[in-house]
Amino acid sequence: MTGAAAPRLALEGIAFRYGAREVLRGASLEIAPAEIVGLLGPNGAGKSTLFAILAGLLPPAAGTVRLDGREIPAGARGLRAISGIVFQAPGLDGKLSARENLRMAAALYRVPRAEARRRIARLLEDAGLTGRAREPVERLSGGLRRRVELARALVHRPAILVMDEPTSGLDAAAFRAFWGSVEALRRDEGVTVIITTHQPEEAERCDRLAVLSGGVVVACDTPAALRARIPGDVVVIEADEPDEVAAVITARLGLPARVREGAVHVEREHAHTLVPRLVEAFPAGRLRAVSLRRPTLADAYLAITGAALEEDDEEAAA
Amino acid sequence: MSRPRTSGVRPQERPQERTPPSPPIGPASGPLPPRAAIAYDLATAAVLWRRDLVRFFRQPSRLAGALGQPIIFWFVIGAGMSGTFRMGGAPRAGYLSYFYPGVVLMVVLFASIFTTLSVIEDRHRGFLQGVLAGPGSRFALVLGKTLGSASVALTQAVLFLLLAPAAGFPYRSVSWPLLLAALALAAVALAALGFAVAWGVDNVQGYHAIQMTLLVPLWVVSGAMFPLPADRPGFAAVMRWNPLSYAVSAARRALGGPGAPGALPGSALRDVAVCAAFAGAGLLLALLAARRPPRP
Repeated sequence: MTGAAAPRLALEGIAFRYGAREVLRGASLEIAPAEIVGLLGPNGAGKSTLFAILAGLLPPAAGTVRLDGREIPAGARGLRAISGIVFQAPGLDGKLSARENLRMAAALYRVPRAEARRRIARLLEDAGLTGRAREPVERLSGGLRRRVELARALVHRPAILVMDEPTSGLDAAAFRAFWGSVEALRRDEGVTVIITTHQPEEAERCDRLAVLSGGVVVACDTPAALRARIPGDVVVIEADEPDEVAAVITARLGLPARVREGAVHVEREHAHTLVPRLVEAFPAGRLRAVSLRRPTLADAYLAITGAALEEDDEEAAA
Repeated sequence: MSRPRTSGVRPQERPQERTPPSPPIGPASGPLPPRAAIAYDLATAAVLWRRDLVRFFRQPSRLAGALGQPIIFWFVIGAGMSGTFRMGGAPRAGYLSYFYPGVVLMVVLFASIFTTLSVIEDRHRGFLQGVLAGPGSRFALVLGKTLGSASVALTQAVLFLLLAPAAGFPYRSVSWPLLLAALALAAVALAALGFAVAWGVDNVQGYHAIQMTLLVPLWVVSGAMFPLPADRPGFAAVMRWNPLSYAVSAARRALGGPGAPGALPGSALRDVAVCAAFAGAGLLLALLAARRPPRP
């Protein structure tokens, strides 16, 4: 026995390649029981591949997987049997009803019939779907379908829940409801949760974040600790010619300035003292707005990896 | 590796009150006993099998199409060909009657192609994702999907067979066990081949291209439309090497008696044995295809 501190799931040196392209290059990660761990990274960082390996869909080229301290083959049947998987793409049969989809999932995991009936009734009730349990799933709204997806992954009481961008495309209310269920599952049933995301708001809700970049986990810490890696605050300068403004700031004030989404970002301790100097450094009219904000996880991701977390989502969300 | 790595990152200690009782995972976390593995495989195959049938009966348009298309095909091609087609040896059987067993096999062929097509979409966005990540094996997936598609194909064929008396084959004279065995085996073979193509090609256009250049010509030269040409030995050899010819031949014997016009020389048992080998080879191919990891 490895003792009570053994992680529920431990990955070490997981590698995967598609042809000549190395997607994962030795990713390592440990997840404690009843922990919510986020795999954070932009598209192409390897998080969906890591998800597919965790879900047993892809065999890794190298690396080891440990479940409760015991080494198992990646995607072992025993691991698949105790995992609930939520896919990014719809994973339901649209022609079948919510109840039928759940029944088939229960049958796949060999949940005894009477227990499955009780469990499905309960899950449908929790999801607020009791009245629409007989409709073909394709007629439900996106938010309701997501709830059925989560219910489908929970029908066999999994010990580990693995989800690939489960909230993409959900509105704010559906997002909160989804996370409410996930937090309740961890609290009430001690479910261990692994979730891939590229949304800072979602990453904030995880206990710890594994920061993926270039196919490896480059940092793994709490959201607060990751944000704390940026000393001070972020000054955001809006201007008509952001690239020129950034060059001037670097040349005249000796500060690293980056242009992101059309605005100049400067990270600095005691950033409030920088604001008047900035304003004075430029003739009136050059700058449209200067603002100060706390660093976000997107800032932290950029600082840690040198790459942007979000490509175009941030503008849409702002 | 020059990249920074954080191997062995320790899970963070969390305050006591936030740590819920983590459930014991139990025996499932160890290697599963073989009996449990088989039970998971059977459950997976049964779920997929039932799903194809439920989906088929739930869509009335598919039921209508399943009957309408072969009837039109039978009458239009049959009537068109009957003027130009002269059959050797068949006393006044009529081309519609000759063509009928071939159309039954066509129903099986098209239904198999159609139902396995769904595999392409389904495994990337749909129900099969969950099956792949579930505790069943790839073999169970292949078996369940193949049996499901084959059952749908067989159901469609049986619906079309309701017209057998109109083609000159009264129900009571039909050898149903022989007919259903041959059709079921052919359905499994074609569904399994469809699965293998769908899994290997992984796009709808490629799937159709392969099926139309591989399976449809297989049907055309199976004796479904015309018998073995006596004056063209090369062509006759192709037909003899075509496994589908034996399914058509078995259907001819089942409908029209042991010496039915167009049946291959030999026995019904031989016909069924070839069909069984065809089904086995198809399943093997499908399994080999499904074991391969997907392409980027």
